[in-house]
Amino acid sequence: MRSDARPPLALTLAAAAGLLFLHLPIVLIFLYAFTIEERTYQFPPPGYTLQWFAVTWNRPDVWPPLYLSLRVAAVATALALVLGTLAAGAMARTRFFGREQISLLIILPIALPGIITGMSLRSAYAMMEIPFSTLTIVLGHATFCIVIVYNNAVARLRRLSGNLVEASADLGANGFQTFRHVILPNLGSALLAGGMLAFALSFDEVIVTTFTAGQQSTLPIWMLNELVRPRQRPVTNVVAIVVFATTFFPILLAYYLTRGGSETAGSGK
Amino acid sequence: MTAAPTAAAAPAPAARAPAVLPDRGPGDRLSRTFWRRPGLLTALLIAPPLLWLGVVYLGSLAALLAQSFFSIDPFSGLTVREFTLATYAELLKPANLDIILRTVTMAAAVTAGCALIGFPVAYFAARYARGRWKALFYLGILLPLWSSYLVKVYAWKLILAKEGIVSWAVEGIGASAILNAVLALPVIGGNSLSTSYLGTWIVFVYVWLPYMILPMQAALERVPVSLLEASADLGATRWQTFRTVVLPLAMPGVAAGSIFTFSLTLGDYIIPQIVGTSARFIGLMVYQLQGTAGNIPLAAAFAVVPIVIMLVYLWLAKRRGAFDAL
Repeated sequence: MRSDARPPLALTLAAAAGLLFLHLPIVLIFLYAFTIEERTYQFPPPGYTLQWFAVTWNRPDVWPPLYLSLRVAAVATALALVLGTLAAGAMARTRFFGREQISLLIILPIALPGIITGMSLRSAYAMMEIPFSTLTIVLGHATFCIVIVYNNAVARLRRLSGNLVEASADLGANGFQTFRHVILPNLGSALLAGGMLAFALSFDEVIVTTFTAGQQSTLPIWMLNELVRPRQRPVTNVVAIVVFATTFFPILLAYYLTRGGSETAGSGK
Repeated sequence: MTAAPTAAAAPAPAARAPAVLPDRGPGDRLSRTFWRRPGLLTALLIAPPLLWLGVVYLGSLAALLAQSFFSIDPFSGLTVREFTLATYAELLKPANLDIILRTVTMAAAVTAGCALIGFPVAYFAARYARGRWKALFYLGILLPLWSSYLVKVYAWKLILAKEGIVSWAVEGIGASAILNAVLALPVIGGNSLSTSYLGTWIVFVYVWLPYMILPMQAALERVPVSLLEASADLGATRWQTFRTVVLPLAMPGVAAGSIFTFSLTLGDYIIPQIVGTSARFIGLMVYQLQGTAGNIPLAAAFAVVPIVIMLVYLWLAKRRGAFDAL
């Protein structure tokens, strides 16, 4: 639907208000990182300071969760990249028996609410008496990251013309050479985009993680604890800015990498 | 896949002979095998992800189901691994039924809120935005969808706090009386926005809004302008066209979006914990039962409830054609 008519004023205002509603709250997180008031969320802040960035840097309890989150996100992304690409390769190649069911299975971990994935893993760990570790967190994260990589890769593979592959074969390349020199260069930016989205998703995931982490703290779990029992509130804001930035820039980059095709980086969350 | 065209171009007698494929090493020999048996390659590609999802994900779902049929020994607090329906019977206690009903009501209210607030954004983006504005709208909806969930919830804790920006703004424009009147309403009201159902609802709507806008926009993009022009030619006013042409055609998008908003609200346990009354929701029950209470069977049974509700919901949505807009 596209029309040249001017939009009614009420519609323009309502649309603008809706967009502002989506974005203004985030701005406040930034504002409160500079407040001098550390016990309440007084607005407007009584004064501004940069000290909380230094305080956060020196708080020893912030660093281990950050390292854990980075480690989990890196391993989960690597696993998802391999598994998601393989799945995309198979699904884009041919139609085969059970294809629809497999596509449903890939999407399911992200289609069902996170609490079900989390509680399912928790039930399985309890049944098999598996102790909580970094690995138990990674298992959950990799599972819901597969679909992100898969969506990006499968969209790109569908767009990749079959003629290119046939031409490569005509020129004497075998399957592996074709993959290395024709398919991979075409797939590269889609995989990069998928990988960054998976990283962002894993880095700030909290719903599944609380069920699979036991006593360990990832950065989002640290934040959740601070939300429930706050101390030095502006420090939480500084960490929130770090989390926001760590997810914001990969998402933006992924958008620009996959722009222009029918594929849309974010539509599969 | 190397020699098919060669074989096709060769004269008739040669076409019966097996295709001549180069043999320069193991790579060629493997390629040849895959070329002759394409199913083998597909199977090799799909096996690792299928194994992972089958074992880790389906295995866990099976464990969830199994746990929900176990029970907890009231004296030792240990899980009794014998089939029983007692845990599900416990779900039917009035207190637990209340929790389920409260969660479903909240999910319905959140879905309605998202549809109302999101519709103008989706409609504007689909019909009037173009070029740079179109990209801006798209990014403007996509970025909040992907940005950190916890950061967004935290932002609302700041906004709704007693001394926060909402109170400040309301006082600034002299509307305190209105806010107090709203908070004095039974059920949805409370001491302040941050301790009322109204506050919980606002945060839910905010967090899930992009999930509603995107499918609605997709549905609206597909409405041809000629249809609107035909409606106008036949003498319909703008409002009549909107109500009888645009809205019915947007409904599959709304239904698709509602699947997300409904299911995400059903399973959330963080927002009611941070903003709202102390009343419990399904997600919060699952979280507390598996954690401090250590009652994994009842937690599992509670987690099965959203699955059942969503299956019924999906079945209804499918009958209304919601999946065409996904």
